[in-house]
Amino acid sequence: MLTYTIRRLVLAIPTLLFISLVIFLLLELAPGDPMAEVPLTVPPEVKEKMRLALGLGEPTHIRFFKWMWQFFVIEPMVFADWLFGTDLAGGQQRVLSWQFRSPVMDVVVQRMPQTLWVVAMSYVVGVLIALPIGIYSAYRQYSLFDQAGTFITMVGYSVPPFFSGVLVIVIFSVQLGWLPSIYDTTLVVVDWATFKQQLMQMVMPVMVLALQTTAQISRFMRASMLDNLNQDYVRTARAKGLSEMTVVMVHVLRNSMIPVITVIALGVPQIFGGAIITEQIFKVNGLGQLLITAIQANDLPMVHTVTFMLAVLIVLFNIVADVLYGVLDPRIRYD
Amino acid sequence: MTLKSLLLGATATTCLASAGWAERGADGHVNLIYWQAPSIMNPYLTGGTKEREAASLVLEPLGRYNVAGEMVPFLAEEIPTVENGGVSDDLKSITWKIKPDLTWSDGSPFSANDVKFTAEYCMHPEGGCAQLAKFEGVESVEVVDDLTVTVHFAEPQPNPYGPFMGGQAPIIQAAQFADCLGAKAPECTDANFSPIGTGPFKVDEFRPNDVISLSANPNYRDPAKPRFATMTFKGGGDATAAGRAVLETGEFDYAWNLQLAPDVIANMEAAGKGVALSAFGTLVERIEINLTDPSPDLPEGERATAKHPHPILSDMRVREALSKAIDRELLVEIGYGKAGRATCNLVPAPAAYASDNTDCLEQDVEGAKALLEEAGWTDSNGDGIRDKDGKKLSLLFQTSTNAVRQDFQALIKQWWGEIGVETELRNISASVFFGGDPGSPDTFQKFYADVEMYANNFDGTDPQSYLASRTCNKAPRPESQWQGENINRYCDPAYDELIKELGRTADLGKRGEIAKKLNDMLTKDSYVILGLVDRGRVSARSNTLGGVELNTWDTELWNAADWYRIKE
Repeated sequence: MLTYTIRRLVLAIPTLLFISLVIFLLLELAPGDPMAEVPLTVPPEVKEKMRLALGLGEPTHIRFFKWMWQFFVIEPMVFADWLFGTDLAGGQQRVLSWQFRSPVMDVVVQRMPQTLWVVAMSYVVGVLIALPIGIYSAYRQYSLFDQAGTFITMVGYSVPPFFSGVLVIVIFSVQLGWLPSIYDTTLVVVDWATFKQQLMQMVMPVMVLALQTTAQISRFMRASMLDNLNQDYVRTARAKGLSEMTVVMVHVLRNSMIPVITVIALGVPQIFGGAIITEQIFKVNGLGQLLITAIQANDLPMVHTVTFMLAVLIVLFNIVADVLYGVLDPRIRYD
Repeated sequence: MTLKSLLLGATATTCLASAGWAERGADGHVNLIYWQAPSIMNPYLTGGTKEREAASLVLEPLGRYNVAGEMVPFLAEEIPTVENGGVSDDLKSITWKIKPDLTWSDGSPFSANDVKFTAEYCMHPEGGCAQLAKFEGVESVEVVDDLTVTVHFAEPQPNPYGPFMGGQAPIIQAAQFADCLGAKAPECTDANFSPIGTGPFKVDEFRPNDVISLSANPNYRDPAKPRFATMTFKGGGDATAAGRAVLETGEFDYAWNLQLAPDVIANMEAAGKGVALSAFGTLVERIEINLTDPSPDLPEGERATAKHPHPILSDMRVREALSKAIDRELLVEIGYGKAGRATCNLVPAPAAYASDNTDCLEQDVEGAKALLEEAGWTDSNGDGIRDKDGKKLSLLFQTSTNAVRQDFQALIKQWWGEIGVETELRNISASVFFGGDPGSPDTFQKFYADVEMYANNFDGTDPQSYLASRTCNKAPRPESQWQGENINRYCDPAYDELIKELGRTADLGKRGEIAKKLNDMLTKDSYVILGLVDRGRVSARSNTLGGVELNTWDTELWNAADWYRIKE
């Protein structure tokens, strides 16, 4: 198992380097200009000078290797400096965003809290709601509960957040005035009052996002349970006189969870990608909003870095899912 | 004395008293929302409007433009003019006198050296300063004494108010930015995010593209201002959500630039939490007509250059007919409502420079048809499209991707169809269209189409450089890397001559006359530019925010020091 994991991790390195190159080239070849947002009243000569100041005068391959050096060598050094108080980086140039003229990683770190609070929380909430729904729908297949669950999950699947988000804002913020429509990222939770405030501003974005997760995971859970409920070992367990509770919650559930857990693990990188649309609607300004504004502003270093970090997480969680599969299912062994 | 007069008297005294007690920070907290979030606080490193707006809370220039477009002193004692001796008679220098006893928000004294440093910072050849155009023609900046600074120009400058005037050229602190000159400018993250300024507020925390927390500047020159102790400047989202937060839920006090459909704003206002404000500047949505042949049959390098005049649009009668067929009032109603006015001009404001050219406002389909007949374009085969010598009167009409522009395209296509002109529509992503990439065939400068629509304006109140961009030598062409703003490739020696005259004239009245004549030459005398809509700005404030004066000549937050909370 360990050798398998190590082999996969080593293999991931060339994959990631290749991904990084592909992202860079795609961004390079895509049309667009970081100066496009600059008003037309700024003369073209000035724009040209601004482009040169961004480092756009250098040839493509030099810029790629410069990014590689900055990302893989200098950024870890800065991280180590921060961790241990050393001075390895010594003020060397880090990956700078074209929009902010400040290090990309600083902004990413700044955006982490709200993304984790909202998007990760919604994932957790979504999974927690989805599992019982999936289990019960499968156990009472074609019952009223199952039908209703199917209907709700289908609605959750098909209603996009740009609709459901605005809908809940209009109901709860505009009409009823209960919840804030704009997320305050500067809020620090220090006491019960601020905790309540944090809770209030999280409710809507979390629920809108959780609806999507719930829909997806509960379908998986239901299908997986149905597969197992008709198996011989379930009949044996019942024949032994075990209680329904033990049969379903211990025997069936444990076996049904194997594919569901891999699905859940594969979904984790999405959290770090942020939720572009929902973040925009509730002004959460997390990683998703960071990425989309960077794309709009043609801030290539930012887009490159953030998408690459996403790629790392996706590759990583694929490995995690594979390893988990082996750990959970004794029938699968990689060595 | 009746009870009523007693009560009135009491109210009056309370009001007076509260005005007398007004002190810095008395009105607590104010929330602003900008749906485009500021990415930096240094206006010299970005051309963006949002950053300039945010920075204007902290950084101030020597003088600003007020709501009417007039210059008012901010850090300067007065606006220098030829009359008061501030501008030399040969128009080659301008001397600013700075208000005494000014301090930066960190408590250090403000001096003429900071002004000189600001010019050095922006004019550094490696800095990539976005406001370099403001310093065009500056030869040197001389510190006469601690409170006097003189800007010397290489050539006579009839409009010497480029440097240090308005939101684009505020003064930065020499001490803070001393190590940030030239190529080092982008590395000074702290200075770029939290500049020390003289303005009413100072930055407490800057989160790029998210939120700025500000508090009152303890060293602001007026001890009673600003009235707000703290400010949250939230960014992100979209215009609808920003409008909703101010007009419908009342969570925020001020929302900037609500580019929304007129009925959407009216519906939001109906909630009664705030009001939408509008003001007009110089932004004109226009159709530009290509005077050169953009045909793809021509070799690259000759296509859309002066070598090949346009086969259809070189005839002024056709251009005039295209203008006559458009109903500008209807365009305004559909696209902009309160935020638009029909116009025929390229320079719609300020009043001193705006021509009284209003002929085009009346739609005249019959007149347009007659003009086309006269020009020899007839529908010989009865397919509804005019032709001449076997060539169909068919045009390619391009613009950037934007809901309002696509509506306009559809309407105009229909009107041109009525007069027998076939129109093919095309829209291009704004980042490509305005991107200026010389390698792309789709930029507005390259203009590989017959007509195109976009909006543009000029900075400040003087249209000289804006009008000067239409001279023969400013035409985009391969030799100029397709840069230049004379995108029609308009070339009239009389126009170039008049521009030179404008450059020599300092008298404001005469400048106005010349500018109007230049505007007319491009619009009603030649129809190479068809003005459509004079686009205003719509912002919103809550019912409890007082002192807001929407300004299109400077930043919208130009008088944030005077904002206050209206007590119920």
